[in-house]
Amino acid sequence: MLEGILIGLQAAFSIQNLLMVIAGCLIGTFIGMLPGLGPMSIIAIMIPVAIGIGDPAAALILLAGVYYGAIFGGSTSSILLNAPGVAGTVATSFDGYPMARKGQAGKALTIAAVASFAGGTIGAILLMIFAPALSSVALLFHSAEYFALMVVGLSAIAAFAGTGQVAKALMMTILGLMLATVGEGALFNMPRFTMGLMDLQSGISFITLAMAMFALPEALFLVLNPLRGSSGGSGGKIENLRFSREEGRAMVPVIGRQSVQGFFIGVLPGAGATIASFLGYAVERNIAKGDEQAEFGKGSVKGLAAPETANNAACTGSFVPLLTLGIPGSGTTAILLGALIALNVTPGPRLMVDTPEIFWAVIISMFIGNLVLLILNLPLIPYIAKILAIPRNYLIPFILFFTLMGAYIGQNNATELLILVGLGVLATILRFADYPLAPLLIGFILGTMLENNFARSMQLYRGLDFIWERPMTLGLLVLAAILVLLPSYRVYRARKRAEGVADGD
Amino acid sequence: MALDRWIALIFVMLCCVYGYAAFMTMDELLPPFMQRNPVWPSTFPKVLAVMGALVGLVVLLGLEKADGKEAPGPSDMHLSRLGEYKLGQALLLLGLMVLYALALRPTGFLLATMVFLVGGSAILGERKFHVMIPVAAAATGFIWYLVQEVLGIFLRPFPFFMG
Repeated sequence: MLEGILIGLQAAFSIQNLLMVIAGCLIGTFIGMLPGLGPMSIIAIMIPVAIGIGDPAAALILLAGVYYGAIFGGSTSSILLNAPGVAGTVATSFDGYPMARKGQAGKALTIAAVASFAGGTIGAILLMIFAPALSSVALLFHSAEYFALMVVGLSAIAAFAGTGQVAKALMMTILGLMLATVGEGALFNMPRFTMGLMDLQSGISFITLAMAMFALPEALFLVLNPLRGSSGGSGGKIENLRFSREEGRAMVPVIGRQSVQGFFIGVLPGAGATIASFLGYAVERNIAKGDEQAEFGKGSVKGLAAPETANNAACTGSFVPLLTLGIPGSGTTAILLGALIALNVTPGPRLMVDTPEIFWAVIISMFIGNLVLLILNLPLIPYIAKILAIPRNYLIPFILFFTLMGAYIGQNNATELLILVGLGVLATILRFADYPLAPLLIGFILGTMLENNFARSMQLYRGLDFIWERPMTLGLLVLAAILVLLPSYRVYRARKRAEGVADGD
Repeated sequence: MALDRWIALIFVMLCCVYGYAAFMTMDELLPPFMQRNPVWPSTFPKVLAVMGALVGLVVLLGLEKADGKEAPGPSDMHLSRLGEYKLGQALLLLGLMVLYALALRPTGFLLATMVFLVGGSAILGERKFHVMIPVAAAATGFIWYLVQEVLGIFLRPFPFFMG
C-alpha cells in the first residue's frame, strides 16, 4: 500500500493534476449552488472537457473534483435558500436553513464545510484501507437484500422526518412511490398510469419534482409572507463564521460516527449519498438526548453536521464499487464509468494491477480536493452569503426563473414547466397542512429501484419465498417494521401514562 | 375538519382510483406469456394502493395523535393567517410562470425571460424600472450565453419568425 501511496503522491502533485483538482472543485461549487443542476448533470456536461484532456488520471481527478464541489455547492444553496439542487443535500436543509433564518448563516456554512471536509477525508482514508476488502461485502447483497435495505431506508426516513407524525410521513412516502410508477418501467416496457398522455410516458423528472417540492413552495412563502424573508436577518453581514468550542465538541462524535456509517452506505450500490444523509440524520436524531433531540429541525449543530459528513463520506464510498468492481453504485459514478471507458481505461479488479497510478492518484487527489474545498470555501463564505442581501423584489423572480430553468434544461420540454407549477401548488398546500415533503421525494427516487429489485427477487424465487429463504432480507424487513411501529407505540405508551397520572389513581 | 384530514381524504380517494386501475384495468392488457410471471406490472401498484389506503385512513381518522402543537411564530406559515398573506401576488406570479411556460418556445428565450424577470419584480412592487430592466437584460444575456455556449444546450433566443 505504501508503494501505491507514493505513486499516487507523485502523480497527484504534478502541476497539471493540482490545477485539475482546483478547477474541478471551483466549477462544481459554483454550478452546484444553482438549484436544479446536480452533480450528475454537471459531470455529464464536463465529460467532453475531460476526454479532451486525454490523460485518464487527470480526467478522473477533474471529474471527482467537480463531484465534490457540486455536493458542497448543493449544501450551500440548501442552507441559504432551502433549495437543494441535489437529493443528497435535502437533509442538510432540515437544520441548515432554520439556522440561516436565525441569522447564523455564516456559522451554518462553516459547520457544513468542516463536516464535509472531515467526512470526505475520513472517507478517503477508509477507501484506501477497505477498497479491496469491501468489494466482497457489496457482492454478498442480492436484489432481495437491496429491496429490504431500501424498505429499511424508507421506513427510517418516514419514522424520523415527520414531526412526531409517522402516518403523515408514511403517506407522503407512498405518494412518492406512486408517482414513481408513472411512466414506463424498465422491467416491463409497459406504460402505466399515463392516462394516455404522451408527456407522462417517460415519467416525471426527478429535478422537476425536487424543484416543485422544495424551491417553489419556499419562493411562494417568501411572496406570501414578507416577514419570512426579512427574519433571515443576516443580510450581507455574515460576521460570525466561527462556531463555539462546545458546538465543536458536540460535532466530533457525530462526524466520527457519520463518516464511517456514510462511507459504508455509499459502498452499497444504489444506496449512495441520499440514503446516507437521511439515515445519518435519522440516527443522530434518535440517539440524541432530550434537549438536543428537540433542537433537531430548528437549527441543531448535530443535525447539520450529520448529513453533511455522511453525504461526503458516501460520495467517497461510492468510488469503491466503481474502482474495484467496475460497477457504478450511483448515477454519478455511472457517468464517471462512461468517461473512463471513453478514455480507454476499464475499471475493475485489474485497475489496481495494470494502472495503479490512476487508482492511487484519484485517492490522493480526494485528500487534496477536500482541502481545496475547505480553504477555498471558508474564505469565500461571506461572498457566497451575499446572495441573501439581494433585495426581495429582485431575488424572488430570479429564484422562480432558476426553478423553471432547472426543470426546462433537464428535459427541454415546455410541458415540464406546467407540471412543475402544478406540483408546486400541490406542495405548497401540503406544506400548509404540515405534511413533510422530503419522504415524498425520497420515495420517488427510490421507487424505481425498489420495484426493480422487488420484481427481480420475485422472479428469482418464483414468488415471495425470498423473504423466508434469505435471513438477511427477513432481518432487514423486521427492522423496517420496528422502525415504523416503535415511535407510534412510544407516543401511545406516553399518552396512556399521562392519562393515568391525570386521573390521579 | 382540518386541512390535513381533507388531504388524507383526497389521498384515500386517489388510492382507490389508483387501486382500481391496478386491480381492474391494467392486467387486461397483459400478454399471455407474461401472465406466467410471478410478478406483473400491476403487482407493485397493488401493494402501494392497499398500503396507501390504510395509512391514509389512519391519518383521516386521527388514530395517531400529534404530540402538542406549538404556537406559530411570526415567520412560520399557518393557514389561519391566510387572509394576512399576499395571496394576490402569489397567484399572479404563478400565472406569470404558466405564461412563461407557454410562451418560451414561440417568443424565444431572450424576450420571454426578460418579460418574466421584469414582470415578476413589477408584481412584487418594484417600480425602479431603470434599474430592473438593465439587470434583467444583463442576466438574461449572460444565462443564455452560459447555457447555449458553455453548456451546449440549445435554447432558441429569438421569436419563431426570426429563425
